[in-house]
Amino acid sequence: MNVDSITSSALSDVARARDERALDEVRVRYLGKRGELTALLKSLGAMPAEERPAAGARINVAKREVQAAVDGRKDVLAREQMHQALAAEAVDVTLPGRQRRRGGLHPVTHALRRIEDIFAAAGYAVVDGPEMEDEYHNFEALNIPAHHPARAMHDTLYLDNGLLLRTHTSPVQVRTMESQGPPVKVICPGRVYRKDDVDATHSPMFHQVEGLVVDEGISFADLKGTVIDFTRHFFEQPLGVRFRPSYFPFTEPSAEVDMECVHCRGKGCRVCGFTGWIEVLGCGMVHPNVLTMSGIDPERYTGFAFGFGADRLASLLFEVDDLRLFFDNELAFLEQFA
Amino acid sequence: MKVSEEWLREWAPATVPTAELCDLLTNAGLEVDGTEPVAGEFSGVVVGRIVAVEPHPNADKLSVCVVDVGEAAPLNVVCGAPNAAPGLVAPLARVGAVLPGDVRVRAAEMRGVASAGMLCSAAELGIGSDADGLMELDEDHVAGDDLRRALHLDDTTIDIDLTPNRGDALSVRGLAREVGLLCDVPVTAPSIPAVPASTDAAFPVRLSQPEDCPRYLGRVIEGIDITRPSPLWMRERLRRSGLRSIDPVVDVTNYVLLELGQPMHAFDLDRLRGGIDVRRAIPSERITLIDGRDATLNDAELVIADDSGAVAMAGVMGGARTAVRASTINVFLECAFFAPLAVMGTARRFGLHTDAAHRYERGVDYQLQHMAVERATALLLEIVGGAPGPVVDATSEAHLPVPNHVTLRRARLDALVGEAVPPEVTERVLDRLGFAPKASGEGVGTRWVVTSPSYRFDIEREEDLVEEVLRVHGYNTVASHPPKLAQPLGHATRSRVPTARIADLLVDLGYSEAITYSFVDPVHLDLFEPDGASVAVVNAVSREHSVMRSTLLPGLAGALAGNLARRASRVRLFEIGQCFGPGTEGEVQAQQMLCAGIAYGAREAESWAQDGSQVDFFDIKGDVERLLAPGGREATFVADDHPALHPGQRAQAVLDGEPVGCFGRLHPEVERTLDLPPGVFVFELSLEGLLGRRPRRNAGVSRHPSVRRDLALLLHRDVPAATVEAITRTQLGELLREFAVFDLYTGEGIDSSEKSLAIALTLQHPSRTLEEGEINDSVDRVVAALAREVGARLRSGVG
Repeated sequence: MNVDSITSSALSDVARARDERALDEVRVRYLGKRGELTALLKSLGAMPAEERPAAGARINVAKREVQAAVDGRKDVLAREQMHQALAAEAVDVTLPGRQRRRGGLHPVTHALRRIEDIFAAAGYAVVDGPEMEDEYHNFEALNIPAHHPARAMHDTLYLDNGLLLRTHTSPVQVRTMESQGPPVKVICPGRVYRKDDVDATHSPMFHQVEGLVVDEGISFADLKGTVIDFTRHFFEQPLGVRFRPSYFPFTEPSAEVDMECVHCRGKGCRVCGFTGWIEVLGCGMVHPNVLTMSGIDPERYTGFAFGFGADRLASLLFEVDDLRLFFDNELAFLEQFA
Repeated sequence: MKVSEEWLREWAPATVPTAELCDLLTNAGLEVDGTEPVAGEFSGVVVGRIVAVEPHPNADKLSVCVVDVGEAAPLNVVCGAPNAAPGLVAPLARVGAVLPGDVRVRAAEMRGVASAGMLCSAAELGIGSDADGLMELDEDHVAGDDLRRALHLDDTTIDIDLTPNRGDALSVRGLAREVGLLCDVPVTAPSIPAVPASTDAAFPVRLSQPEDCPRYLGRVIEGIDITRPSPLWMRERLRRSGLRSIDPVVDVTNYVLLELGQPMHAFDLDRLRGGIDVRRAIPSERITLIDGRDATLNDAELVIADDSGAVAMAGVMGGARTAVRASTINVFLECAFFAPLAVMGTARRFGLHTDAAHRYERGVDYQLQHMAVERATALLLEIVGGAPGPVVDATSEAHLPVPNHVTLRRARLDALVGEAVPPEVTERVLDRLGFAPKASGEGVGTRWVVTSPSYRFDIEREEDLVEEVLRVHGYNTVASHPPKLAQPLGHATRSRVPTARIADLLVDLGYSEAITYSFVDPVHLDLFEPDGASVAVVNAVSREHSVMRSTLLPGLAGALAGNLARRASRVRLFEIGQCFGPGTEGEVQAQQMLCAGIAYGAREAESWAQDGSQVDFFDIKGDVERLLAPGGREATFVADDHPALHPGQRAQAVLDGEPVGCFGRLHPEVERTLDLPPGVFVFELSLEGLLGRRPRRNAGVSRHPSVRRDLALLLHRDVPAATVEAITRTQLGELLREFAVFDLYTGEGIDSSEKSLAIALTLQHPSRTLEEGEINDSVDRVVAALAREVGARLRSGVG
């Protein structure tokens, strides 16, 4: 009887099996119905009865030992196979992902959204209006009668249908006051037009945002606080702000507002023309004539209005030193703001 | 307006340094645009008097000048100036002098003759630009005096950018009033006594249009010597204010304009016929102006006329026929008040923005004319001599402006400012501005009634006074706090898609946002809208920007071309903006927001994972479908007839039965005309269409099993997939949960007039499980209907 030699030969065959099929062949050779260990078991009948239990037990131990080896080898082979499969499926993780390339919003739109977000959070409604306007809403209703010298400040573009291209978004304020009584709290963003030749700081078309608040008890201090807070929120810096008396026919008192240069923080640089200050907006208390023309009692209600160029703010925010870049629509430029 | 600082301080002797003075003016609403020294930086230059001029022994173009510098011995100076002559008083840079540009003057020998310095032109000293000869000083300048002191050259020109409401500050007198208030110094005007008439010479004046010209003063001065030069001090003040010296008569009128703010005009008396009439022009009346331009007038223009016609555009510019010239001996001075409205239109219509018109438009002090005419007479007599006649005074008192009486309430002032303004500040401001305030009431009930002075045309109501007080008190002095406003809750709407969502979606789809001009080239617009009426810009900046866009596509095509010129190979751009139709005359309408995109080049950016295929119709359609999706409304597509699009690749998008726009490939001819390569795709949709949203709600989800059946159909190439879907939907009704086209095949194995379309039908009943027989019957019905209606055959049985 050679259980031991069969066992050791089986174990070495198991260890040599290179894949699952070879391993199964080994299992069949030793443990199968006609396998060598199975055959030994069958040959027990030829043994004397008193030897059979011990011999049977030895064979069964050997069978279990070989089965265990087969199972163990099977696990090893499965693991190896998994390793191979994983290795074969490995990719170059540094290759770029498969995606649709994103476009981007225009930097002026980014600035406009920023402005809208800041005011919307304070409950301002965002309203828009026609870019093709009539003389009444662009001028007369804003206290700028025909031939008024202030009209020369505007360089209006006129249309052949009797209308004009609005020179500011202030007519939207008028339309708002006409359709809605106080309290009014709106901003009016949009395109405006002037007869200007194109250069680094001028464009015949640009974007303006005007704000209007009309309620009881609105004061110049309210205007100052709003304008100062806005510049600081927009630029995320505690910038110095100063007010200079100025003149707009639709506000009285009127002011122009300078802000500490965002670039040099007031030290003086190319961006601010070495003055340390940048002119950012015009504002004032709504002229009583404007309120009256819009059907609002100026004795009971007061208001303030302000207006600024969104392109200008965008150029300061994004450090764009030439206005022409905004209207050139060059992808290489636009994609920087994606 | 440019003003000499020294001149200003002569009126208002402020002691603050220049920079502080400028800040004070700016902060009071008179914005200082800049300052400039009136002369170059130099030292060691004195007044020299040329005693004798000898020819240079060795040089034809040079001479040797003997120059008195107030010392015992005169100096010999070599000079090449053409105007060097005995008696000429000119600047002499002595040895050791430093001239502008750090040029040092040394003792030199010029062609063998020693020169003890250098006689200078004005340009060499940075005093203006005259480089033609030696600067000619006045005879009464004292030889040897330091030139800077003699000419008051340590002066600054202050350039002030005045707002249109501040006509009162367009003079030294007006600015001095502000400086006096801001620096709290007294203001002293030069004494201007009346000049008595020495003859009876007068010239008649009639006011035919007294509402436009309520006051017209005139004065005859006979026997002047116009060849006499204006004194240097006067020429210098003109120069420092940005004006050139012309002749003594013009110089004097300009001087009075700058000093007092009163525009004046002088006529050659011997060329005036009959009498002066201030009237409206006769239609088609013509005048040749001083600058040589011819103007044809109409009856809106106010003119000064004599018996033979218009001799000046009132308050704007004089005429050539009666202008003062070198031969003039007798003059007629005009000093008038013209109403702002009478001058505004004329100056604008003829593009004549003269110094006079600039002031009259903004309002000239209507009580100033007598003072001004006396001032001009005195200055003129001093220079050119002559005998003045009496002042001819044509005034219509009834038509002169009337002062406004305006009340300022302390409570209103404080309420508008947002804090209490000390009443003594208010009183001082109103008083020093000449408003003659009369106070009444007490405490917060105090009120001041003011009278608008004759030089202020902008004091009409209480707010105007608030501004006056506030601008002097200090915009930066008063309180600042964000307003406490009622904060009602916001509105939400479920029937609209936010605009930002559309823009963000386009960005995610790969489009970059463009902003193109709203005015476009009419030729380009015509390509896209050959039949559309457009709105033209009357005074366009250029022909390329002369019609208002009715579509965004020309602008985007231009932006694409620009990018291709910069060698971009793949371009996706979009724009959302207003577009314009002609509408009805003068009516604000026919403007709508459109959303458009343009695509060219590879479908995706070049990458290892992409095959580099080019964008095609279904890419652009897919993008359009994505844009239509947020509204949740039913989108269908039909063939379109847009003339700028490829006839076989253009479609219209329809939402709930309403057309919302079109898309497709540009017509090859359009591509060619615009110099674009083939394969440009565009879409343009109504923004309003995209923003409309079907409110979302739960319609219930069926829990019953669904079953899929695939059909491979052979049908004629021209049968649209949408028709197949429509027939299928009609047959299956509520049983059809999903319809998909999962394959399209043409080519080998199929007749060239046919295509194979593979469709997948997903069937589900909302409330029960479908039976096998029912499913088969339904699919058979679809197959039969497709065969009947569009001749479809099954290619390979039911899948």
